[in-house]
Amino acid sequence: MPEYSLNVNGSPRTVDVPADTPLLWVLRDELQLTGTKYGCGTGQCRSCTVLLDGDVAFACLLPVESVGDRAVRTIEGLSDDLSHPVQKAWIEVDVPQCGWCQPGQIMTAAALLAEHPDPTDEQIDEWMSPVLCRCGTYNRIRKAIRVAAKEGGR
Amino acid sequence: MSGHEVSRRTFIQVSGGAGAGLVLGFSLVGCRRPAVATGALDPGALNAWIRIGTDESVTFVISESEMGQGVHTALAMLLAEELEVDWSLVRTEHAPADRTRYGRQSTGGSTSIRTNHERLRNAGASAREMLVAAGAARWDVPASECRAEDGQVLHASSGRSLSYGSLADDAALLPAPDDPALKDPKDFRLVGKRMPRLDSPDKVDGSAMFGLDVSVPGMLTALVARPPAFGGSVRSFDAAATLAVPGVRQVVAIPTGVVVAADGFWAAKRGRDALSVEWDAGEFGDASDASIRVLCRELADDGAVVADKGDVEEARAAARTRIDAEYDAPFLAHATMEPVNCVADVRDDECDIWTGTQAQTSAQDIAAEITGLRVEQVKVHTTMLGGGFGRRSRNDFVAEAVHASKALGAPVKVVYTREDDMRAGSYRPVAYNRFSGAVDESGNPVAWEHRIVSPSIIRSIGGRLRNGVDPTATENAGDLGYAIPNLKVTYADPELPVSVHFWRSVSNSQNIYLTECFLDELAAAGGRDPLELRLSLLDAHPRRARALRLAAEKAGWSDRRAVGRALGCAVAECFGSIVAQVTEVEIVDGEVRVHRVVCAIDCGIVVNPDTIEAQVESGVAYGLSAALYGKISIENGGAVEGNFDRYPIVRLRDMPVVETHIIAEGDPVGGIGEVGLPCIAPAVCNALFAITGEPIRRLPIGDRFKT
Repeated sequence: MPEYSLNVNGSPRTVDVPADTPLLWVLRDELQLTGTKYGCGTGQCRSCTVLLDGDVAFACLLPVESVGDRAVRTIEGLSDDLSHPVQKAWIEVDVPQCGWCQPGQIMTAAALLAEHPDPTDEQIDEWMSPVLCRCGTYNRIRKAIRVAAKEGGR
Repeated sequence: MSGHEVSRRTFIQVSGGAGAGLVLGFSLVGCRRPAVATGALDPGALNAWIRIGTDESVTFVISESEMGQGVHTALAMLLAEELEVDWSLVRTEHAPADRTRYGRQSTGGSTSIRTNHERLRNAGASAREMLVAAGAARWDVPASECRAEDGQVLHASSGRSLSYGSLADDAALLPAPDDPALKDPKDFRLVGKRMPRLDSPDKVDGSAMFGLDVSVPGMLTALVARPPAFGGSVRSFDAAATLAVPGVRQVVAIPTGVVVAADGFWAAKRGRDALSVEWDAGEFGDASDASIRVLCRELADDGAVVADKGDVEEARAAARTRIDAEYDAPFLAHATMEPVNCVADVRDDECDIWTGTQAQTSAQDIAAEITGLRVEQVKVHTTMLGGGFGRRSRNDFVAEAVHASKALGAPVKVVYTREDDMRAGSYRPVAYNRFSGAVDESGNPVAWEHRIVSPSIIRSIGGRLRNGVDPTATENAGDLGYAIPNLKVTYADPELPVSVHFWRSVSNSQNIYLTECFLDELAAAGGRDPLELRLSLLDAHPRRARALRLAAEKAGWSDRRAVGRALGCAVAECFGSIVAQVTEVEIVDGEVRVHRVVCAIDCGIVVNPDTIEAQVESGVAYGLSAALYGKISIENGGAVEGNFDRYPIVRLRDMPVVETHIIAEGDPVGGIGEVGLPCIAPAVCNALFAITGEPIRRLPIGDRFKT
């Protein structure tokens, strides 16, 4: 099997997997980074959202061979100590319920705030609506993004 | 009553306690009086729920499953309140399956607070008294001179204090008090306050451990090929191509299908894609939505009687206006964000199970039966649940993993893809309903006949119907709360092979929709305001009337023109609580927009108001997804929808503003996890009825307003 060198959360990692293996399963099964979640396998729920050079990407659809030297950032790499403004806001507002979709929500919100530090309601709608939550935490997600924006945060 | 079995059994376990510390276990479910059970406990354990370390750590062992409903936080608040500990030191963990300590463990039916508010306060108070007694003994002073505060036992007259951590081992050796003194609720520091969830930090840094995240040494990952039609089976299979896929280790048959076990998910997926199976479709192989509806309609006239009062026929004959209507509610999948999964490790003398289950003791029973082991040889390790909503009380995924591990001779994680999960059944039952109603000259409903045809959950989980009625299918239908003098309700089970199960709020999810919408039809036929008509029929249910009035007032019902959008209302009593909702709805370019939901909820007591609000938001989102889009269709005997493209759920931009107004006046204590759901569909449909004059007699609403 081919070998791939990845940059995950700032560390070089090497994996030996078939070329079409989605990044999601490389993270979860090979690197034991289980914070990135499987929800649909077809890019529709976005529970698997990670950042690639800061842009949102859906790890369930991304073959490992196409990652290249782009920096992969997962929920585990957002901060070491819950200090990212989005994490702080998520805790302050108590967003999570079951929690399964939250890594995808948080990574998407972090990317949104990096691009739009003070997002409009329309920007929040546009960025966050693709990320599904079955527990219905949406109103708190909106509120937490506002809190994080106030903290000036990316 | 998601997650509940046919009958609620009460367990009282009193076993001989020899040596090893003392357990105080209120092993009672659904009963108010605590009983004392004894057995071996872990070091530092003061009883089945409380462990205090010499490092002052406070661990609460919670027998209910945390699936997002906030139960670990709420139950910890009850324990901490009476124990008098520093909240910042509290952590929780899932209890093992152990019916000798906890009784039957099943999280569902919005029962956690109802079952536990007293027994856990007792457990906290009992442990506190044991710690106080241990402190008093250390100082050789009467316990009555000592008190507990913030993780310390204090002796006021001498100014001495000892920490819980330094006393826990001594306290564990003391007898548990029979009747510990509970705090006066007016002295509560935690209960009733907005407390932060204990599980939030782990859920925002990726460290929370769910079933799918579990990995044990030597574990294989398996996908199962299952029959495409319900009631189907494997005729034969050819695994040659599968076994040639790198990483695939074994292919074995189990009762539900063919297991492809591999080194990881992707190899298992590729292996299963390569598998060739010849299926026997079974007797249901050509069933479709249309054939199911034909069958249900045929059965409608022959249902068993659920309620029969007055004379519906006579009242209809004499009435001014009669209305007949057919209402349909579809099969629904739970679609938990984490598809179901389970890790099992079956060995000769023991079996370990790691999974997010809502029913630990049933998982234990299932594994014991499959393996031939004794129940106590089966260890159930409950992880966080990535959504439950009733789905994870079925444990079909546990049975598959145990079968697979047994057949493979290795620990295995059985993973369901989204499509596997959505097509595996355990659905909210489809329901065909025929109504015949009538109103008199004043617009008062005088006749109400409701014929329900819907597959039985009780039958689907292996139970038997009594007198032909499944009470989990007729909630709030037979016992319609409105004062209508002539009432007849019947039920028939079409006995489909599609597995059906408890889906958040169970048959309230259909019956409140149907009955609250048909009532609006009667109101319109009689020229009555839907709110005013409801209130006039609720004299016997003042709590329902009060909640409805409150929601209507906060939503601006009396001045609807000023609101500028259509309003719809609904009220229900379920899971021991009352819920009323008023929605603000419009149709824009053929799309239904729900702008605002005003909810009044009467749940008896408030443990954590933030949790109540979150659960109402959650019930609204879950119920709105069903009302707007939710449907599992049957074709060729199997489910059509497999993923979120064809089974959409509400997104952030669709989420209405939700306002929750809580009424709490003590007894009786009500549930909350499911209560936010049943009213949303009828409240939205009734608003749409107000806009268009056309009742919504079939869910989902779908794109019927699109041109």
